[in-house]
Amino acid sequence: MKKIFGRPAGLTEILQRYCPGCGHGIVHRIIGELLVKLDIRERTIGIAPVGCSVFADEYFNCDMIQPPHGRGPAVATGLKRTRPECIVFSYQGDGDLAAMGTAEIIHAAARNENITVIFINNAIFGMTGGQMAPTTLPGMKSTTSVKGRDIGKQGYPIRVCEMLASLDGPYYLERCVVDTPKNVIRSEKALKTAFMNQINNKGFSLVEILSTCPTGWGQTPIQAKKWLGEAMVQYYPLGVYRDRSKEEK
Amino acid sequence: MAEKKLMYGNHAIVEGVLAAGCRFFAGYPITPQNEIPELMSIRMNEIGGVFVQTGSEVAAINMLFGAAAAGKRAMTSSSSPGISLMQEGISYIAGADIPVLVVNVVRGGPGLGNIAPAQSDYYQATRGGGHGDYFTITLAPNSAQDLYEFPRLAFELAEKYRNPALILADGLLGQMMEPVELSDELVDPNSLAENEWALSGCKGRERRIVRSYDLRPGKLEEWNLRRIEKYEKIKKNEQRFEATDCDDADLVIVAYGTCSRVSDAAVKMARDKGFKVGLLRPITLWPFPWDVFADMSKRIENFLVVEMSCGQMIDDVKLATECRSKIHFHGRPGGGVPTPPEVYKEIEKVLGGAQ
Repeated sequence: MKKIFGRPAGLTEILQRYCPGCGHGIVHRIIGELLVKLDIRERTIGIAPVGCSVFADEYFNCDMIQPPHGRGPAVATGLKRTRPECIVFSYQGDGDLAAMGTAEIIHAAARNENITVIFINNAIFGMTGGQMAPTTLPGMKSTTSVKGRDIGKQGYPIRVCEMLASLDGPYYLERCVVDTPKNVIRSEKALKTAFMNQINNKGFSLVEILSTCPTGWGQTPIQAKKWLGEAMVQYYPLGVYRDRSKEEK
Repeated sequence: MAEKKLMYGNHAIVEGVLAAGCRFFAGYPITPQNEIPELMSIRMNEIGGVFVQTGSEVAAINMLFGAAAAGKRAMTSSSSPGISLMQEGISYIAGADIPVLVVNVVRGGPGLGNIAPAQSDYYQATRGGGHGDYFTITLAPNSAQDLYEFPRLAFELAEKYRNPALILADGLLGQMMEPVELSDELVDPNSLAENEWALSGCKGRERRIVRSYDLRPGKLEEWNLRRIEKYEKIKKNEQRFEATDCDDADLVIVAYGTCSRVSDAAVKMARDKGFKVGLLRPITLWPFPWDVFADMSKRIENFLVVEMSCGQMIDDVKLATECRSKIHFHGRPGGGVPTPPEVYKEIEKVLGGAQ
């Protein structure tokens, strides 16, 4: 019998502890496949964030490190500068990258560090129990904005790709979403570009992936997928925000 | 013959770090240690090392975490407020059992304080500094020569025990010039053995994980207890001190770093006047040289602790002597530096008028 579908060698056998309908599993699989397709698994060092995907250090089948909340891009800098032959990726959520680690991501992007950042934006703090994230939409309910995010008191969400695109430094910035098979394929293409840029020593690449958190959102997985493709995509427009390979041509 | 050079203390640190085979520095400017990143930026460029001026001390310590987790010797330097910012990272690094070197050229505090020399970060350095049960190996230099030699010792201890190491200097040591005898034996970074825990890509071996967390019930407790065993070994093997004129002493001054230099002059003044005074200088602040204190407290009646702080090391002296001796104190906080006559006066106060 011919095997046509299985677990990619870029992921370990460990059972992932994500909730039904969570987008982390989809993105993990894309990365796990790319580690194999690009033949980089054995020279890759991954960085797990703080949050639900802290356990990414167990799920990716490569060397991994788990640093303090938000500091992934700084740790990636130390790893990449001392082991330039290695491929270094930092996997971060919205609390990790857009709240605690804003300084670290901005300076890594400004230095055009030759690293790959995967930014999962699900507009909520999952692991701590559904509190407001820096990317929580105006009016969106969370356990620290129970009547909906009040922009008068709690301010506006941060659009990370647009913010980083104001810098000259970064080489590649793209925002994708994992709501439909078509968009999952698009996300894989963006992540492949982000890894290839590092392999070709081009510099800093960040792919923001809009993702679901049915548990934190108080929705069913199907409702969450729908809301992701509508409300989230409306506030966070998809597309390539920086591609310096175009300038090079 | 080894070359002798007149050097700033801060420059001696740089050359000592490079002589130890370290090729990674990340840091953020702060007075009174700016000569370190300045010279480091030039020297790393010359010898093909890495110099990163970071967005903050928070980023610097985490770059060290990455570089050291990759198995490379890595260091940063800062001064008190910057070291406070690094405490989160140091806690994670200690929790992941990774060796790094952090140099603190201490200035007056708390808060922004001032840029004068101080020893008021003693508690922070010797009690872990961040959250959780951990300690950092802490060395206290008192000369430019020490500042040149201690980085190598610090890296060796850090790697032997897989633990962060600190060098606790101060603004005076960093800014003063002294002759330094340079070593003929420079460590070639390529000669350093690959560690069995370092991240380098999993080709030909099992994948490795560097982390400081374990959520499985009971596992973190076990891990912490193993680390305590390591600390017991460090306490047993690595206590360092320098004892001068202590054998017949009626009073022993306890001082480290700059205060030990000042106190050395005060001891000479006292000896000239016929007072039997000695000097005990802790070189390792953690592990504190408890054993020599335990021993001396059986025969020394008086200890005079001299610090550039409101009194922090004095706690360790009391603990180590189990208060068998009388413990006196002279401290100058907030950037004050004691003078030898000032310390001599304290000796006179304890031992009475001229002998």
